[in-house]
Amino acid sequence: MRKVLVVVMLTIAGLIPLLEYHPSSQMGALPASPAPADGSGGGTPATGTDSTGAAPPSPSDTSGTSGTSGTSGTSGGSGGSSGTKNVDGSTVETDFGPYQVRATFTNGKITDVQLITEPSDGHSQRIASYAAPTLRQEALQAQSAHIDSVSGATETSDAFAQSLQAAINAKGN
Amino acid sequence: MRRVEHIMGLPITLHTPHGESGEVVFELLREADRRFSPFRPDSEVCRGEHSPELKEILALCAEYERDTGGAFRARLPGRPLDPCGVVKGWAVQRAADALRATGVRDFCLNAGGDVVAAGEPEPGRPWSIGIRHPDLAHEVCAVFEVRDRAVATSGTYERGHHIIDGRTGRPVHDLVSLTVIADDLTVADGTSTAAFAMGRDGIEWAAARPGCEVFAVDTERRVYRSTGTITV
Repeated sequence: MRKVLVVVMLTIAGLIPLLEYHPSSQMGALPASPAPADGSGGGTPATGTDSTGAAPPSPSDTSGTSGTSGTSGTSGGSGGSSGTKNVDGSTVETDFGPYQVRATFTNGKITDVQLITEPSDGHSQRIASYAAPTLRQEALQAQSAHIDSVSGATETSDAFAQSLQAAINAKGN
Repeated sequence: MRRVEHIMGLPITLHTPHGESGEVVFELLREADRRFSPFRPDSEVCRGEHSPELKEILALCAEYERDTGGAFRARLPGRPLDPCGVVKGWAVQRAADALRATGVRDFCLNAGGDVVAAGEPEPGRPWSIGIRHPDLAHEVCAVFEVRDRAVATSGTYERGHHIIDGRTGRPVHDLVSLTVIADDLTVADGTSTAAFAMGRDGIEWAAARPGCEVFAVDTERRVYRSTGTITV
């Protein structure tokens, strides 16, 4: 029953790609070029954080709904595992300005992660262009792997219910 | 078998590939919650009792406080004693040790994102532990393959700024996530919490601690990792 609830919650949250978080049996080559975000949902959501503005706030405030905030793509929301779908992360305030990333899912797997909101001044632009590919590369490398457990704080039951660890538990691989 | 319970305010997942119930883990964590929670008025911490276990915990706090030059502090001005940064890892490691003592060699214990990975999920395969992506809650940004290791991650992405630099009394600004992999969770959790409190300086500090490997992401989304880690 718990498992069903978890799955339903995840689905409602628009996190369908999660359910396709396969152990990497189909290690398809990742496209070298990012899939374009061709939907209309590419606008920058208003800064969804009300914290002090200094440095990174907690994206978890919005994580329950962030999956739907800018969802666009060609799959038409059918929930199927085919097609391309973009999911936007929460906007993260830093000392240099707001950052936001967009993940592109193709056939249920992340094929690209890109910055869609970044600070506009030159200094930060430089940092962004230097820094973003780094985490992006790490994430792209990691997402194809099989995962048994996830390290990283999920300290509230709400956050846990929506977490990757809960999805792994529900799947019971 | 996977069993999930909420104890100490944390979701606890125990995965035993051979199906043991692991009851001792949950018993010990419930006991640790009763005795050492700063949020329970009748706990030893709040009543100021100093049992041998609490003395051990406070000694660990003092060690990290000294070694971080005061960045890590269990006693911050104007706040009650909060040994959480050490208690969690200590209690979970103790529970894992007790489970091992009952003859269970293969298990993965995840307590609110801090992980003890013992043995193997299946013969010849290590545990694959993903590190939560700091911006995408449902993705990982790194994966570490481990046997008989512990993995702890400190981050600011949940509950806001919950790690304070004791040197300045202000929240840590320059890191979003710092992971330490060590032989046991007391070390991994204490080191990651203390290193995070030091900010960027903490990356090298943690990497220099004996037996510790580090993975960190700063606010500019640069990734740091110590050498020697096996990654996927």
